[in-house]
Amino acid sequence: MEEQREVHIEVRDVTMAYGSFVIQRDLNFNIFRGDIFVIMGGSGCGKSTLLKHMLGLIPPSSGDILYSGESFTRASSQQQEAMRQRWGITYQSGGLFSAMTLAENITLPLQLYTSYSTVDIEEIVAYKLALVGLAGYQAFYPSEISGGMRKRAALARAIALDPEILFFDEPSAGLDPISSRLLDELIVQLKDSIGATVVMVTHELPSIFDIATNSVYLDANTRTMIDYGDPAYLRDNSEQAVVRQFLTRSAASEEDTA
Amino acid sequence: MNNNTGFQLSDNDQNGVSLALSGDWIQGSDHGQFSALEIELGTRHPDQLSVDGATLGQWDSVLMAFLLQCYNYCGERGIGFDTRNMPEGVEKLLQVATAVKPHSESEEQRRPWWESLNPIELVRKAFEDVLESLAFVGEVAIATMRLLLGKANTRFTDFRNFCYQAGPDAFGIVSLTSVLVGMILAYLGAVQLQQFGAQIYVADLVVIGMLREMGVLMTAVVMAGRTGAAYAAQLGTMQTNEEIDAITTMGISPIEFLVMPRMLALVVMMPLLTVYASLLGIVGGGIVAGGMGISALQYINQAQGAFAFSHIVVGLLKSFVFAALIAVAGCRSGINSGRSSAAVGQAATEAVVTAIVYLIVADAAINILFQQVGI
Repeated sequence: MEEQREVHIEVRDVTMAYGSFVIQRDLNFNIFRGDIFVIMGGSGCGKSTLLKHMLGLIPPSSGDILYSGESFTRASSQQQEAMRQRWGITYQSGGLFSAMTLAENITLPLQLYTSYSTVDIEEIVAYKLALVGLAGYQAFYPSEISGGMRKRAALARAIALDPEILFFDEPSAGLDPISSRLLDELIVQLKDSIGATVVMVTHELPSIFDIATNSVYLDANTRTMIDYGDPAYLRDNSEQAVVRQFLTRSAASEEDTA
Repeated sequence: MNNNTGFQLSDNDQNGVSLALSGDWIQGSDHGQFSALEIELGTRHPDQLSVDGATLGQWDSVLMAFLLQCYNYCGERGIGFDTRNMPEGVEKLLQVATAVKPHSESEEQRRPWWESLNPIELVRKAFEDVLESLAFVGEVAIATMRLLLGKANTRFTDFRNFCYQAGPDAFGIVSLTSVLVGMILAYLGAVQLQQFGAQIYVADLVVIGMLREMGVLMTAVVMAGRTGAAYAAQLGTMQTNEEIDAITTMGISPIEFLVMPRMLALVVMMPLLTVYASLLGIVGGGIVAGGMGISALQYINQAQGAFAFSHIVVGLLKSFVFAALIAVAGCRSGINSGRSSAAVGQAATEAVVTAIVYLIVADAAINILFQQVGI
């Protein structure tokens, strides 16, 4: 079944460590084109660190990460730069440039990496802001809008270059359930219409079951991935008690005695 | 009918217009511009605009941005807008983009920039600034009193760490500047005094100059740039991270908890640094004097003659005042900082600029006062 689908991102034998302190070892999984892939795990298991490894912000201690079959870890810095241009990323706290207006934030990648004319860029910025429901907010600074709006503005910047892969670090953290739901819908719609692969780190169970098509679970105790698959399937059928507990929000003691 | 690349307008039945898009609408392609379409539509006044993408090639955000403008244009004028004949993704994206109504800014929200130059406004701002400073100084005074009564929530560990940062950590830079300032003073004096054959008085100039004036002022300027800016940046970042809110809601005064240890550390360390800087400056002056043919013994002898206890007292007194001013300027800017990275940078700049202005004004005032008193 899975053989027919194109592998977009491959994580091969990746070990993440700060010095001699190993965070996660021997991570091996594939992310298929068009998936919404969730990296799950308890607090402190290294989810965000894995994302930073995939983004190339931290090189893995060993192993390799491949995008469409090309190694990112072994690529030259120019090749890495070229690969990064096909990604859109939002960070945990937004990562918007606070000294720039929303329009300037979105204009920056367009000016740097595209050949659009100034008029086109202005129009595209208006369109990207409209996509995330922020039409007319061009002249606002990130500090002048609410947290939820900042998350959406960060999303608008992430999709500025029509990326192939979207990385989200806790996209709905700190949002109310309705805003979080709307953001999820937006992610799905954007993914469908631009045909991107989405990789996200999140704890939000509703979000995971609503939109994720595949996932990996990183365990903090054994320091490796202990399950991989569709989260809705894992919730009922995972062989790992921890994964079932995580996905059903049940306390560890209940399962242990059961 | 028209020479625009990318689109072609044609009338259809029932006073509608169809807009046929053709070719590639991607970056670098010679695609249509909305401004051209706007002119065309303005002459036709249709009731309905149907977009047809039958001959459309590749497309990306440029096309979507164009269609969004068409949508808004039609919406404003009550023209029907129809994208049924477009690729499937286009319609979906357009739906997402138009789901939320555009935000229109109210007039009062954005004032034109020249209003910030209004003289009344400027005076009011300056006045508010002075009031704010006074309020801050008042709070610091209250906190100092509470500290003396032993009631303040000031942590000794913090005080010790700040002492280390404001003292031993600053040795290198203070040493360098004070030796050089001593040498500069000596050169300056030597050239003038040589004309009268009174080079030996270089020692007097350096000793009095360093002890009373340059030692303390140079140390203060270095500390304003080094420690004052650091205080502003630390407190500004704490403001950004809501740490100051957390401290306040715990019932702890941020002045006692954050400002007092910093200010005390600076007030304790500055006099020590000042004495050290003055002595190094005198040594620096000696090096230059040596080069001018004054022996070390002569220099020391002459320096001893110029040395008076009152000079040290004046220098130390200034160092206390300057330390407090630097700390107040730095901490005030930090605590009142806005909550963004740009605001923190602004706070650090403001801290250094106000500290240096305070220093020079205070120095002049103290000198005039001592002149009158005759110390």
